[in-house]
Amino acid sequence: MRFSDQFEARFTEMLTHYPTKRSVLVPTLLYAQDDAGFLSDEVIAEIASRLDLTELDVRNVISYYSMLTCKPRGKFNVQVCTNIACLLRGGEELLEHCEKKLGVGHKGTTADGLFSLEEVECIGACSWAPAVQVNYDFHENLTPEKMDGVLDEYRKRARQ
Amino acid sequence: MAELVSHPDEIRVVAKRFGKGATNIDRYLGLDGYKAVQKALAMQPDAIVNEVKNSGLRGRGGAGFNTGLKWSFVPKTSAKPKYILCNGDESEPGTCKDRLIFEHDPHAVIEGVMIAGLAVGAQSGYIYIRGEYRYLLEIMQKAIADAYAKGFLGKNIFGSGRDFEIYWHGGAGAYEVGEESALMESLEGKRGIPRIRPPFPAVVGLWGGPTVINNAETLASVPHIILGGAEWFANLGTPKNGGTRLFCLSGHLNKPGVYELPMGYNLKKMLYDVGGGIPNGRKLKAVVPGGSSCPLLTADEIDLAMDFDTLMKAGSMLGSGGLVVVDDSTCMVKFALRIMKFYRHESCGWCIPCREGTDWLEKTLSRFHSGGGIKKDIDNIQYLSENMLGRTFCPLGDAAALPTISIVKKFRKEFEDHLEGKPCPFEKAGAVERLPVFA
Ligand SMILES: Cc1cc2nc3c(=O)[nH]c(=O)nc-3n(C[C@H](O)[C@H](O)[C@H](O)COP(=O)(O)O)c2cc1C
Ligand code: SF4
Ligand code: FES
Repeated sequence: MRFSDQFEARFTEMLTHYPTKRSVLVPTLLYAQDDAGFLSDEVIAEIASRLDLTELDVRNVISYYSMLTCKPRGKFNVQVCTNIACLLRGGEELLEHCEKKLGVGHKGTTADGLFSLEEVECIGACSWAPAVQVNYDFHENLTPEKMDGVLDEYRKRARQ
Repeated sequence: MAELVSHPDEIRVVAKRFGKGATNIDRYLGLDGYKAVQKALAMQPDAIVNEVKNSGLRGRGGAGFNTGLKWSFVPKTSAKPKYILCNGDESEPGTCKDRLIFEHDPHAVIEGVMIAGLAVGAQSGYIYIRGEYRYLLEIMQKAIADAYAKGFLGKNIFGSGRDFEIYWHGGAGAYEVGEESALMESLEGKRGIPRIRPPFPAVVGLWGGPTVINNAETLASVPHIILGGAEWFANLGTPKNGGTRLFCLSGHLNKPGVYELPMGYNLKKMLYDVGGGIPNGRKLKAVVPGGSSCPLLTADEIDLAMDFDTLMKAGSMLGSGGLVVVDDSTCMVKFALRIMKFYRHESCGWCIPCREGTDWLEKTLSRFHSGGGIKKDIDNIQYLSENMLGRTFCPLGDAAALPTISIVKKFRKEFEDHLEGKPCPFEKAGAVERLPVFA
């Protein structure tokens, strides 16, 4: 199991932050997922052994956090907020639009592996609703037309 | 990068450096940066606590507890190390203010953590930022590294002979982790399940040591209090509600955005003047005054001062400062359903009233909204919610119940209009019409 150098540097730094090894677990899992795409059995086993935890301990924590996933996802994870502030400004319609455009539903992945779609809870962009996060990037004050532009941008990025 | 807005009634304290490039440590120094912590280093710990207590600063995370008073609960001596924990989990629907603080003024949070540390005798602090805010975590990582590089953090800070360490920490998606004891569990690498209290975190917290947990906005206010003085800060607001607050305006408004207004600012004025009123010639129906956990106010209940005590008296809460404005085209059954769906999703499942209650309520509301409701459901929704109140392990159960009860009570007619096979009277408004119109 090999992670990127950046992951290793961060992991080594994080271990110095806390009095217990286990405390690095939550951010480490997310960084590992960013590196590997998802938390595979292999990744879980590696992290468990590095932190002297059982794989079950690690899986228990993974299942709690909504950003962590044990299944592969598309290159770009399109996360549409439909919580109250977004709901009032067209969040649900935006989600429906994405479903149609991408041809997948909640937690689905397009056949080309480019996009996954997810309905998410408030992402802290309420004053700029409706809002979407693609991986970690925020896109705000969206309309279906603007959303098409956003998706096109990512398609272009994938071709480069 | 979230857009900034402004209004002439704003009094900028926490937002003073927004848009001024203060993420750069040299810029920050040029804008009075790290002066407060140097002043605090020359003060007695009790004097810092008293200054903050007298400023009337109350927690901006939701509960509104007097910050100085909270700090005073930390025992003077402790066998285990003491900690400061900055709560940057910001996940309460309607709330998007800590995001701006981290984005524009991360050093103010660092300084706030340091001053809190000096006040209670802690030598390390953690800044926990929700996982979705990756770009903010990166801004914070750089800010912390820059502060170390200047010698402001680490050994012998500002030549005082004292040491202070600050560490960053990222979450991975969970609203419940914003609850103070779940936050500590998460930081310790576990599922975010709350701890039983007492003992309170001020006595037994992170890794068993006394721990002060404060919201990011609370901590970012502290350096301004130390520099400007308790009296100045207190006088900005109303009695016992010192200072200003970042109000996040969202929903059906012409000018949504995050505005810093004095505590006690009139709600009606906030919506119609600051927020620019309701678009599309519609009328106000309801306001969520402080994040989705708060009971809603109706259009004729909004002539009031936005401070903790007034909102409490009005039967609601000032909460986290997230105002969600709802116009008369909105179906309140649907609104209640969306709120409940959130709490069902976020319930950690530890205690039965919350785990089962949110699930049943979501199912009942969903059936109701789609036209399958029966008359008895209306009372059942209220009964179920009322029986969650005060019977759960942490306040998430209350947070789910309170808005629901208020919606059933204040908009009962809308529930009746949905009864038995009737289609939702609002659905006809249609998707397109509800899309945003930007002023
Ligand atoms: C379910 C739940 C979620 C919470 N989420 C947050 C949050 O995201 N950010 C926050 O600062 N406080 C949150 N709180 C409040 C914290 O428990 C705690 O009271 C607060 O961080 C204390 O800081 P303060 O005194 O500065 O407000 C939450 C509370 C509950 C019950
Ligand atoms: S009230 Fe809900 S979130 Fe809080 S401990 Fe109980 S189940 Fe968990
Ligand atoms: S409700 Fe969508 S970002 Fe807050």
